[in-house]
Amino acid sequence: MVDQEVEVREAEAPYMRPILPVTHSETSLPGLKMGAVTAADPADEGSVLELKDLNVFYGNFQALKDINMSIGRHRITAIIGPSGCGKSTLIRCLNRMNDLIPSFRAQGEVLFEQQNLYSRDIDPVEVRQRIGMVFQKPNPFPKSIYDNVAFGVRINGIKGKMDEIVEKSLRAAALWDEVKDKLSQSALALSGGQQQRLCIARAIAVEPEIILMDEPCSALDPIATLRIEELMRELVSTYTIVIVTHNMQQAARVSDFTAVMMMSEERAGEMVEFGDTREIFTNPKDRRTEDYITGRFG
Amino acid sequence: MSTQTLAYDTAGRNAYRRVWARLFHTVFLCATLFGIVALAVLLITVGLDGLGRVSWDFINGYPSRFAERAGIKSALFGTFWLMGMTAMIAVPIGVGAAIYLEEFAARNWLTKIIETNINNLAGVPSIIYGLLGLAIFVRVMGLDRSVLAGALTMALLILPIIIVAAREGLRSVPPSIREAALAVGATPWQTVRFQVLPPAMPMILTGVILALSRAIGETAPLIIIGALAFVAFVPDGPLSSFTVLPIQIYNWTSRPQPEFAQTAAAGIVVLLAVLLSMNAVAVILRNYFERKRKW
Amino acid sequence: MTVEAAGGPPNASQITRKGFSAQRARELPIYAFLFCCAALSIVTTFGIVIVLFEETYSFFKEVSIVEFLTGTEWTPLFTEKHFGVLPLLNATMFMAVGAMFIALPFGLASAIYLSEYAPQTVRSIVKPILEILAGIPTVVYGYFALQFISPEIVQFIFGSDTSIFNAMAASIAMGIMILPLVSSLSEDAMRAVPRSLREGAYGLGANRFEVATRVVFPAALSGIVAASILAISRAVGETMIVALVAGQIPNFSWNPLEAMAAMTAYIVQVSLGETPRGTIEYSTIFAIGSMLFVTTLVLNILAQWLLARFREEYE
Ligand SMILES: Nc1ncnc2c1ncn2[C@@H]1O[C@H](COP(=O)(O)OP(=O)(O)O)[C@@H](O)[C@H]1O
Ligand SMILES: [Mg+2]
Repeated sequence: MVDQEVEVREAEAPYMRPILPVTHSETSLPGLKMGAVTAADPADEGSVLELKDLNVFYGNFQALKDINMSIGRHRITAIIGPSGCGKSTLIRCLNRMNDLIPSFRAQGEVLFEQQNLYSRDIDPVEVRQRIGMVFQKPNPFPKSIYDNVAFGVRINGIKGKMDEIVEKSLRAAALWDEVKDKLSQSALALSGGQQQRLCIARAIAVEPEIILMDEPCSALDPIATLRIEELMRELVSTYTIVIVTHNMQQAARVSDFTAVMMMSEERAGEMVEFGDTREIFTNPKDRRTEDYITGRFG
Repeated sequence: MSTQTLAYDTAGRNAYRRVWARLFHTVFLCATLFGIVALAVLLITVGLDGLGRVSWDFINGYPSRFAERAGIKSALFGTFWLMGMTAMIAVPIGVGAAIYLEEFAARNWLTKIIETNINNLAGVPSIIYGLLGLAIFVRVMGLDRSVLAGALTMALLILPIIIVAAREGLRSVPPSIREAALAVGATPWQTVRFQVLPPAMPMILTGVILALSRAIGETAPLIIIGALAFVAFVPDGPLSSFTVLPIQIYNWTSRPQPEFAQTAAAGIVVLLAVLLSMNAVAVILRNYFERKRKW
Repeated sequence: MTVEAAGGPPNASQITRKGFSAQRARELPIYAFLFCCAALSIVTTFGIVIVLFEETYSFFKEVSIVEFLTGTEWTPLFTEKHFGVLPLLNATMFMAVGAMFIALPFGLASAIYLSEYAPQTVRSIVKPILEILAGIPTVVYGYFALQFISPEIVQFIFGSDTSIFNAMAASIAMGIMILPLVSSLSEDAMRAVPRSLREGAYGLGANRFEVATRVVFPAALSGIVAASILAISRAVGETMIVALVAGQIPNFSWNPLEAMAAMTAYIVQVSLGETPRGTIEYSTIFAIGSMLFVTTLVLNILAQWLLARFREEYE
């Protein structure tokens, strides 16, 4: 039954097939430990999210044009491109975070488990429960570390011992050892890197299927950045991760797949290339991608 | 030759300009001092007239036909009753309206009408609210001249102020906090209730206190709804009749005998003291939380 | 390892349809309540309009609108009744304009001083003091006008046979009361004038006085006018000062030393007595109220329009 549906979609979009998970070892890049990735079963978990002809407008201004892509389960997908090309707009479409912007309008489909997230009867709140997000600037609540993690758990009515869930989440975000003695202290007293990992822990605590990260390291120093990149590789065995970054090295280091976005003449964001990360960085098909990753512009 | 004339003229003109500039610097300064002097004279007049009359007997005494025996106990309690009930009515409604407008309202014509309307209500003279209260609360709803009728009237009067203050408080919470809450799957209401309202609360509270301190001195609307001047008892419930400090003050001021003027001044001293303490609380609250705030 | 314990993705389940989300359903009344809170302001406005209109309508069933608007005698409480509102309207306007004679020069000069001259420390002390003036209850101003301004200023200057109840004392007290309104709104307007404009003028060799009066003041004019209109509107609606010190005798006069009842003072006068509903006296206060409401509304809308235009220009 499910297989049949997949067949149908393939028929509609045959060009998508090649970019879905290939063999895993090939995606690993030199210098990175890829243990976590190989631990997950690579073969055919398919895609969790699929974008079909997505067009986005802010009022009359078209911010995204004809975006098609699919996000592989338990993979890290990076979205790169020059600033202002619509990366944030795109990633915020994936959990309906853009609903907050009054002038926002989307056409096309964002399919999550075969459901269009933008169809009329979908509750955006539940979308966000299952697709979490980490933002550019760490944004902990002005409360204790414990309460930051516990908040989402409480409101979602997740069962289990709260203390355990908080500990697990903080461990998963590689923050537990640093904060275990000061859980009741204000989260605002943590360093930027710690705050960002707290935000990751907060996202993990509600057990989402996908974690979206919009330039999660841009406000952090290199060491904190590395720490988060390692963390992402660990998390990907459990979660699907989509990360926006303007840092090409970061995309090359952490991601399995990379989408390259550019602005068209009318300043609308377009996806110029999407595929295996190593392929994109070693053998780009599109001229603009090549120019961008070799630093000739952007 | 011509150069000399020019230089001379310029110098003369510059000196003239300097004199004017200096003169007006002084004029502006003096004009600014005028307001301060007026305030000082007002406070001194009231103090001289009234301070001697303030005593425990005055605060603890009931109104009387004899100026030297008149006290403000019933007015003081009436004021507290009225303010307490006004706050109970106006705060939830005002904060609710602010939350709706700031957090949930779609940017459409209806919202715009509501906002314009609130702006206009803020400029309606208080005596008009008195007429509204008289017709609706006193007559139609049959509340008579009760504390409840007065509180409902006052609540409508200060609602615009509370709404504006509460919106400001909500706006001071950065959008990133809302995004954070929504991103872990909170509903819009949960976001506001658990993450936006708590940090906004001190600022909202400050605004509420300032709005109440506006209401506490209001006299006209209460005269219109017929709050009695001669009430020799403390209110015992929402439907009890009442009097308040400003009405007592008005009543005493409007009497011809000079002893009543002193009594009025003493009432003013007490009223100003209550006002001053409310404002002090508001300022301390604001400063304390502004220092504590991190973003 | 711990990651697994934190719980992997739940099995791909369908997202609940909106209608079935229990949490959302439970919150529905909350959103409804919040909307009602906001909508209450509209109900209030309608309430005011309906209440005023209803009684005003029954008033005009007995009194001709022409007599009301053109008559110069106001004696509804006498046996021989006349319903010409002009004495009351005139008194209200006369005293409001009189208040502006105090509030405008002093308010604007303070605004210029605070915005263009005063060092930060002076400003941070003077501004709150002026704002105290705005926070003092009007009944206190009424007392001050009756006990100090009228005897110590008006009677001192114009002789002790001047009535203790006079328009001038009311105007002075109201002027002091609305002074902070003029000064703080005007100051805001002047501070909103961009620095580049000032620097341009200083660059041409203008001194501070010239910059303040010839550059900043004109640039902020629409904001300043708006502030003045708001101040007038406040004076028109002011009740306790005029009720206490301007007297309760309807008097169609332009002599500031005479007593004259303002519209608000008349409403107070009637309210202090027992006025059963249905009588003509009861209706008069609503007719007067309508007049007051319309006047202040027009002034406020005008001021808001000017302010919006000013903001468009500079923000
Ligand atoms: N709320 C908004 N309203 C209108 N235009 C917006 C809004 N947010 C972003 N844009 C526009 O959309 C384009 C893409 O923005 P964004 O997605 O933030 O780019 P990126 O994250 O790649 O830097 C930009 O031209 C930006 O000006
Ligand atoms: Mg961005």
